[in-house]
Amino acid sequence: MERLIFEYSRAGRRAHTLPDAPSVDFGWPERQALRLPEVSEIDVVRHYTRLSRQNYGVDNGFYPLGSCTMKYNPKVNEKFAEKFAGRNPQEADSANQDLLSKLYATERMLCQVFGYARFTLQPAAGAHGEFTGLLIIRAYHRDRGDARRTKILVPDAAHGTNPASCTLAGFQQVSIKSLQGGVDIADLKKHLDDTVAGLMLTNPNTLGLFEKNILQIADLVHTAGGLLYYDGANANATMGIAKPAAMGFDVCHINLHKTFSTPHGGGGPGAGPVGVSAALVPYLPCPVLDFAPEDGGHYYFNYALPKSIGQVHSFYGNVGVLLKAYAYLRIQGSAGLKKASALAVLNANYLKARLQKVYDIPYPRYCQHEFVISVQNFKKQYGVTAADIAKRLMDYGYHPPTVYFPLIVPECLMLEPTETEAKEELDAFCDALLQIAEEVRTNPALVKSAPHSTIIGRPDEVRAVKEPDLNYFNSLGVFSAYTR
Amino acid sequence: MSKIPAELRYTAEHEWVRIEGQTAVVGITEHAQAELGDIVFVELPAVGVKVAQNGDFGVVESVKTVSNLYSPLSGTVSAINPQLAEHADLVNKDPYGEGWLIKLKDFAEAELSVLLDAAQYREKIGE
Repeated sequence: MERLIFEYSRAGRRAHTLPDAPSVDFGWPERQALRLPEVSEIDVVRHYTRLSRQNYGVDNGFYPLGSCTMKYNPKVNEKFAEKFAGRNPQEADSANQDLLSKLYATERMLCQVFGYARFTLQPAAGAHGEFTGLLIIRAYHRDRGDARRTKILVPDAAHGTNPASCTLAGFQQVSIKSLQGGVDIADLKKHLDDTVAGLMLTNPNTLGLFEKNILQIADLVHTAGGLLYYDGANANATMGIAKPAAMGFDVCHINLHKTFSTPHGGGGPGAGPVGVSAALVPYLPCPVLDFAPEDGGHYYFNYALPKSIGQVHSFYGNVGVLLKAYAYLRIQGSAGLKKASALAVLNANYLKARLQKVYDIPYPRYCQHEFVISVQNFKKQYGVTAADIAKRLMDYGYHPPTVYFPLIVPECLMLEPTETEAKEELDAFCDALLQIAEEVRTNPALVKSAPHSTIIGRPDEVRAVKEPDLNYFNSLGVFSAYTR
Repeated sequence: MSKIPAELRYTAEHEWVRIEGQTAVVGITEHAQAELGDIVFVELPAVGVKVAQNGDFGVVESVKTVSNLYSPLSGTVSAINPQLAEHADLVNKDPYGEGWLIKLKDFAEAELSVLLDAAQYREKIGE
């Protein structure tokens, strides 16, 4: 395991040599020295190079993390965004017209893809988008004088962020059962009344299946006076093929860091724009980015929105992320987006077809961009769990897929290959999973004790949650490794 | 085959209840703790809170997932397991003993009849 940079520190070691320069010294007491590591330049370079080699990202290899759309992030997106890196949001709108025109165009293109009247680009992530969308739903009902609507219905297969966002937005979350891989219509009907503010749904759902009853579901919710919220985490299957607005969804968020190829994970910024139908436009977060055609036309931030839920991000969201998504949208065009979705679905079905000879696929019909396998039979027969298979995949050089989600499938792995993987890559990954299935039968101990090749194998997850050690120094100011 | 004591009654949501005189002790089953994995945190109600049968009374969080806890009976919370704040793993280690969750007083004894017995619960979890 790589040590902390502080452990390489030696008194007086420096990474720079500066020429003598006149000093300014009034004889005032010095501030206490900062506790920075004292290391040479090559110490720093080697330390961080070693760390980077221990990392695994989509630039290293296949990353089939279901529901996360870990597609390749084209480097040209970065080059494009860099052009605007020096801009300051405090500058007058008139000084940033070229940048604002790109953001405006991004909104218009998203409206085209998803079928909405307008999008706000402010939310910084998917869950932030959910929260924003739910506040819009709440504002809509209250504005109509309908304060009884305090419940949001969420299917039991939903992303975990959905119920969390409901609670945060002040709603009571009510779980709806699944039936044969979709919403249980009878259970939905049972819960629909005049206290329901809306239904949150992912389509394709978290089993990777298209919700075929969506029009009926939308009709039922609308008839009961509720609104439909579209969790766009799985939008990579439907670009240019099916618009959530046409399915009856009134509000939607999408994840630019999934579907539109901006970097994802690692704690970096994301973007979760929220689209709304015309009736909900007045409640969008302020400001919205508008265009005034007078005097040759100019773009400006419009704060004059009396019914707005208010601002949900400083300035106008994570602009660097938005610009990268703009580049992706313009390079793909409508034909490219449609093809990306088609290939994502094809790749997932190819993986599924090869794996289902050996692995149990609880919902075996054609999937969308991802699918779920269950290793419940391995657990019963050999004591090997989904977590064990995921750990063993690391020995084969792959990032494991999502495990134990959705909650309605026991011992599951959720695989999403995305459109950017070639057949050779998919085949190599299938070969690895098929080989692992063979190992489960012939040598389950090997799988149960995996990984055997990584620097960290099976961390103590409970201790990691309960006793996270995140400080370089303890309360005495001493580097904590020395005091253990 | 997981341990399912014959003298307890069970919910379909994997809680058990044991009647000890005027008190009903509630916990989760061995099967439930095994499915949840290592338990990190248990959120329990305050003493004195009234709970309804099948109403949620708390949350159990493991490294894998977060689940609601549902009360097998209506009643008033008379005690919560004080050890769980520091040692949530007791639910994993001894789900029917030291890993109990809450105790109820003034509980609705008639509601016991709609709960599952050990054989029915075993069938429910497919064992």
